[in-house]
Amino acid sequence: MSTSDAESIRKQTRAYVTVFVTLMVLTILTVAVSYFHMPVALAILVALVIASFKGSMVAAVFMHLSHERKLIYWVLLLTVVFFVFLMAIPSISQWDQRLVR
Amino acid sequence: MEIPYTVEPRPDTGVFNAKLGVWLFLASEVMLFGALFSSYVLLRTGAASWPHGREFLNVPLATLNTVILIASSVTMVMSWASLKLNDFKKYRMYMGLTFLAGVGFLIVKAFEYGHKFEIGLFPKSNTFLAIYFTLTGLHGLHVIGGMVVNGYFWGPGAKMWKTEPERFTNRIEVAGLYWHFVDLVWIFLFPTLYLL
Repeated sequence: MSTSDAESIRKQTRAYVTVFVTLMVLTILTVAVSYFHMPVALAILVALVIASFKGSMVAAVFMHLSHERKLIYWVLLLTVVFFVFLMAIPSISQWDQRLVR
Repeated sequence: MEIPYTVEPRPDTGVFNAKLGVWLFLASEVMLFGALFSSYVLLRTGAASWPHGREFLNVPLATLNTVILIASSVTMVMSWASLKLNDFKKYRMYMGLTFLAGVGFLIVKAFEYGHKFEIGLFPKSNTFLAIYFTLTGLHGLHVIGGMVVNGYFWGPGAKMWKTEPERFTNRIEVAGLYWHFVDLVWIFLFPTLYLL
């Protein structure tokens, strides 16, 4: 391994520690805001925004998605499209119920 | 017969084969957990009333498990970085810590489950607990699966480091992708089940 490679890995390990600290802070924040007695819709929104931010950091840094090959991004794009469809099914079922009424 | 592209990237994909394989597997895992999350939303929005997670679940224990799992993701990625830096001793230490974190997670989960069973709360008790046990149970099985792989690479599987170090490093990278995914799922399970 060249010196520059080793230096780049060392740089990455520093990033891992930074992400770890950020994730810990966000975990405490998630628990703290859950005690605020917000309206349910707002509470869900806040919880999901924090979780998405945490998830993105895990994916980008720990799973190295911040510098991955194009093909992997295409696989993930397709996954996201199908995932969004899956999550939309409950709403579709509600429209369906309204139509029946 | 030699397995192709275990170290060097395949020219048409740009990645070694195992990496693409694991990402495709993770795509199927997203659909598996996605279907259950979608069911959870459907059950919750369709119910006349829905309990707050806190009424049935132990938030401090789940917070502890969140900390354990996130820490294990860091030790996992550090184990890969150690191999990249040619430091096998550190790899062993970090991989061992990752495995122990998995054990810790399962012990905490066993306490949680055990307490619920003691006071007569089972999946059949109500819809909330049914989806809670299904989602966390499936997640727990994923943790066990990851521990089997990590345990193998800590122990007998580590022999490959002596003969094919680059291939072994790639194996740890893809095992890490799976482990981080398990962490990622928990990051969403924790607030949606326990805190809302």
